[in-house]
Amino acid sequence: MSQLASWRTGSTRVLPGFGLSMGISVLFISLVLLLPITGLFGQLAELSFAEYWAIITEGRVVASYMVTIGAAAVAAIINAIFGLLLAWVLVRYDFPGKRLLDALMDLPFALPTAVAGITLATLYASSGWMGGLLEPLGFQVAYTWVGIALAMAFTSIPFVVRTVQPVLEDMPVEVDEAAMSLGATDGVAFRRVILPHIWPALVTGTGLAFVRSLGEFGAIIFIAGNMPYETEITALMIFVKLQEYDYAGASAIASVVLFVSLALLLAINIWQGRFVRRLHGGKG
Amino acid sequence: MSIHLHNIAKHFGTTQALEPINLDIHEGELVGLLGPSGSGKTTLLRIIAGLENADRTAQPSKILFGDRDVTNVHVRDRRIGFVFQHYALFRHMSVYDNVAFGLTVLSRKRRPSSGEIRARVFRLLEMVKLEHLANRYPAQLSGGQQQRVSLARALAVEPEVLLLDEPFGALDAKVRQELRRWLRHLHDEFNFTSVFVTHDQEEALELSDRVVVMSNGRIEQIDTPDELYREPKNRFVFEFLGDVNHLEGKVTNGVLTCGDAYWHVDLPDGHEELLLRPHEVRLTEQPTSESHLPVTITAISPVGAEVRVELEADWLAQPWLATVRHTDFEHLALRRGQRLFAHPRHWRRFPKAESKATEQSRVA
Repeated sequence: MSQLASWRTGSTRVLPGFGLSMGISVLFISLVLLLPITGLFGQLAELSFAEYWAIITEGRVVASYMVTIGAAAVAAIINAIFGLLLAWVLVRYDFPGKRLLDALMDLPFALPTAVAGITLATLYASSGWMGGLLEPLGFQVAYTWVGIALAMAFTSIPFVVRTVQPVLEDMPVEVDEAAMSLGATDGVAFRRVILPHIWPALVTGTGLAFVRSLGEFGAIIFIAGNMPYETEITALMIFVKLQEYDYAGASAIASVVLFVSLALLLAINIWQGRFVRRLHGGKG
Repeated sequence: MSIHLHNIAKHFGTTQALEPINLDIHEGELVGLLGPSGSGKTTLLRIIAGLENADRTAQPSKILFGDRDVTNVHVRDRRIGFVFQHYALFRHMSVYDNVAFGLTVLSRKRRPSSGEIRARVFRLLEMVKLEHLANRYPAQLSGGQQQRVSLARALAVEPEVLLLDEPFGALDAKVRQELRRWLRHLHDEFNFTSVFVTHDQEEALELSDRVVVMSNGRIEQIDTPDELYREPKNRFVFEFLGDVNHLEGKVTNGVLTCGDAYWHVDLPDGHEELLLRPHEVRLTEQPTSESHLPVTITAISPVGAEVRVELEADWLAQPWLATVRHTDFEHLALRRGQRLFAHPRHWRRFPKAESKATEQSRVA
């Protein structure tokens, strides 16, 4: 508001470089984000609404939504639990190799997803190390939705760790000590003092991990088996349409993924804003 | 509840934070742990609280609350209240929930009914004069208000011992003064045993029944504020408790000389260093037969009950500070650059070998 007001009254800004940096930012967003999205909607324009609806509600596509969302949800929950644990260990304890573990957290981001996919597939196939161990016990990982969830969890765990870690670092140890001095057991202190503090970050990180999993392709297709109606993910459906040169159809399915992701991110942002306002006394 | 500490020592890595310490704190006492940073005062307080463990040495350490041995009791079972320098409030909870926390985490058997919790929390909030802010969040309160919430929260569980770690350190002077008075009042009314840490000698002297002066992990002196100020046991205590002027020189035949300054003192021959407080320096326009200490005024600060005057001279390594009554200030018409003579009214010396202080007063 105050920025707008000063803009209108023509008063000079103290911080330099607003015009240039804002201009470049807008240009960058337009080229990298808005232009491709506009292109996507341009493709959609070739379809009538009935055609669009038919494509996105086709049986095989709907089945792929179920597989993708189900596996992404499982992966997100796993990541929420283990990501929180990893962040906790990295922040609260000192141990040899801590820096190495910290650096390893970013590996899923750095590794090409296809490499991760091939590695996971060979590891969990019935001839692989893990697959060879698990299959006699009756656990089939490769070529099932479990494999899909595993691949998703692998590629998206840094989201949880990297969002929770700074918030946990920001939390003074005294708060923890205060809870204990008031008689709280470790469990109560965690549930009533620590968890509420990191809750917004945890939800945001888990949400980002979920959204990322919805769009993951490279890491999953090798381990998924890609059986229609059973282990086909939505990203694969888009790929299949593209291979058939059905650009409009691919765009239609892609738009569904896009809308779901955007809606989720927006919801998390609004919810978090409300939470943060409370913590910072109505200023944030 | 009295506190007995026996043979408490603490290492952090290779540094010795506390040398083996024995300390008795009587029931209902308000004791200040005073010392510069790194003197081990906070470590000692945290060991009393159970937030830190004393070293395991050949001679076993012991912490007793009354007759109860709490040496190996976890902080949550020690029944203490702890107040942190930076409040450590639960930011996601309202003021009410913060104060109620200690009561709501009690086991179901010992937990009061929700009505009783409510009554108790409001009684505490009334005591700290914050009942109108019960629904606010900590971030919406000033520093002084947050520290009062933190005190109410610690008192809610009715601790036997209240421990405060530099409780007013992060607040501005005026709020600090107000909270000090108010803590003293609370302490007298509720009669718990309190130990607080501070590096502010004025705060320690004003608030405590007894002060424990610490440096380098050792206890230097334990005394009432009055005795401590009047009879410091060693040079560290004397220097830490207020401003000090140094006078160094050679004594021959009962005269201490230092450059062109001299002064009759009743001491044997040799090198001497005498210490005096600013209020022990008198200023006159003429030297006397007893002393000849020429000084020049370099700064005047007429703030408070007395005027503080900074003095310099060739024979002084460090400038002196003298406090003058406002009437004397006007009488002498002091101004910057003026040349005067200083007359010590009273001084102390702490010989390096002996710990016993020598003092001498003279009628000025």
